[in-house]
Amino acid sequence: MPPRPLWLTLRGSKNRNDDEYMPAQPLEKLSFEDALTELETIVRDLETGKAPLEKSIEMYERGTALKKHCESKLRDAQAKIEKITVQQDGSVKTEPLDPEE
Amino acid sequence: MAESKTAQSNVPEFSVSDLAFSLKKTLEETFGHVRIRGELGRVTIPRSGHLYTNLKDEDASIDAVCWKGVLSKLSIKPEEGLEVIVTGRVSSYPASSKYQIIIESMELAGEGALLKMLEERRKKLAAEGLFAPERKQKLPFLPRTIGVVTSPTGAVIRDILHRLADRFPRDVLLWPVMVQGDGAAEQIAAAINGFQTLGDHGLPRPDVLIVGRGGGSLEDLMPFNEEIVVRAVADSTIPVISAVGHETDTTLIDYVADLRAPTPTGAAEMAVPRRGDLIAQIAESEGRMVGAVNRMLSDGHNKLEARSGRLGDPAKLLEVHTQKLDHIGDKIGRIFDSYLGLKKHKLIEFSAKLRDPSNLLREAAQRLERWDDQLKALTPRIVGNFEKRLEHAEKMLEAYSFENVLQRGFAVVQKADGTLITGAEQTTLGQQVQLRFKENKSVDATIGAGANVEKPPSKPKKSKEKKTDQHSLF
Repeated sequence: MPPRPLWLTLRGSKNRNDDEYMPAQPLEKLSFEDALTELETIVRDLETGKAPLEKSIEMYERGTALKKHCESKLRDAQAKIEKITVQQDGSVKTEPLDPEE
Repeated sequence: MAESKTAQSNVPEFSVSDLAFSLKKTLEETFGHVRIRGELGRVTIPRSGHLYTNLKDEDASIDAVCWKGVLSKLSIKPEEGLEVIVTGRVSSYPASSKYQIIIESMELAGEGALLKMLEERRKKLAAEGLFAPERKQKLPFLPRTIGVVTSPTGAVIRDILHRLADRFPRDVLLWPVMVQGDGAAEQIAAAINGFQTLGDHGLPRPDVLIVGRGGGSLEDLMPFNEEIVVRAVADSTIPVISAVGHETDTTLIDYVADLRAPTPTGAAEMAVPRRGDLIAQIAESEGRMVGAVNRMLSDGHNKLEARSGRLGDPAKLLEVHTQKLDHIGDKIGRIFDSYLGLKKHKLIEFSAKLRDPSNLLREAAQRLERWDDQLKALTPRIVGNFEKRLEHAEKMLEAYSFENVLQRGFAVVQKADGTLITGAEQTTLGQQVQLRFKENKSVDATIGAGANVEKPPSKPKKSKEKKTDQHSLF
């Protein structure tokens, strides 16, 4: 099945012929990759000018929100480095790892 | 025979035990440290944990034993048919005086043999479908936590952490294991399995695993060829990247892993995208999006312009018409002015010609008076004239009047309707007529013989009524 034009899926829909729209996927639940993919689809659809102008504005707004979402995911780059220790009783704990030790 | 008997007597007599232990001592002293190359025969490990087998070649066979303590330290797992080089000592078992090799170490007999063994193992596991492409799991685009199974010390974990820091710092959970030697394979397998259920311990379950070690000899890499490790990777529901040795080294874990990295650094590159690239990609997407929308807006604007251009600027349209109106208004004004001027001029001209009505009246009155005077002067002349003509006419009338004729004795014959009968042919027999005499006296008469035979059409009643009229004609 070819991908639906984004301005149709923007609000989400159960199937191609379904007029009953469901709310778009909330951003918080969107993985970075999905957000990026959606953003790129929006860009492509906007560039090909498939969508009507009003829809394009809506898509643009969604795209901007997706961009912010992606950026926030990218900012979240604090690394925690830990190592696993297995206790006598088989339980598992973590402790900080200093790889230079 | 006799000689032998003599000799027999000279030879010291040993007990069985003496000889057996003496042989054992001799064997151990003579063959205290030997390296033997041979193929492993049937391998058995009873409950004691010791390993019993035999080493053989084409023509000979020697029993071999590997005590439990040594067995656990071997770098290879003894299997029947393996071509091995064994180091140990020859000894015998006095209870049966059977000699055997006590194995102190064992290695595969050359790379060829080892590779042959690995190839056979690979085929076996491949036949099970463990390496099938459809089993491969897709790596997450951006993992939150990365699990690493390797040695806590050494270059591998350092390389991975460095590259992650360069590309996209992520949480890393290291499961420290031995990566070579005795028990390494078991530890590695346990670590892979342990990561699967990390959530049960309230720890974040990694989104991707890296299992690796640095380069080494084929023997060093052997744990990553072990079936237990291969199966642990095959069972992992977390995608696994293998990173064992250098690019040229291939171990069985590489076949079963979802992705094979040439080096630990390469594994880190596969695990995470480059953050800078993503930032650039998103910026580019945004730029393209803004560009597209701007283009769309300016397109729309241009279209609007083009259409409204065709519509024409209402102000300008108005201007034109206003100007026209002004122009016409001006023209009308001027025409009107000049028309008015003309009319005014004519009015002046005409009013100059117009005379005072009172004068006219006065003049008319004078003229009337004059005419009146003239008329008065004329009256006697005109009237006198008429009186003379009237007198004359009266005389003429009298002269011609049939009354005078009647006076002279003539009569007039009239029909009943008063018409004159001027000839006999106008009469009919029995016709009633009137004879009129002087002084307007008349008598009725009837036409007798001699009259016209034909009876004229009678017009009875009307004639009498018209008689007076007829009379008045005279």
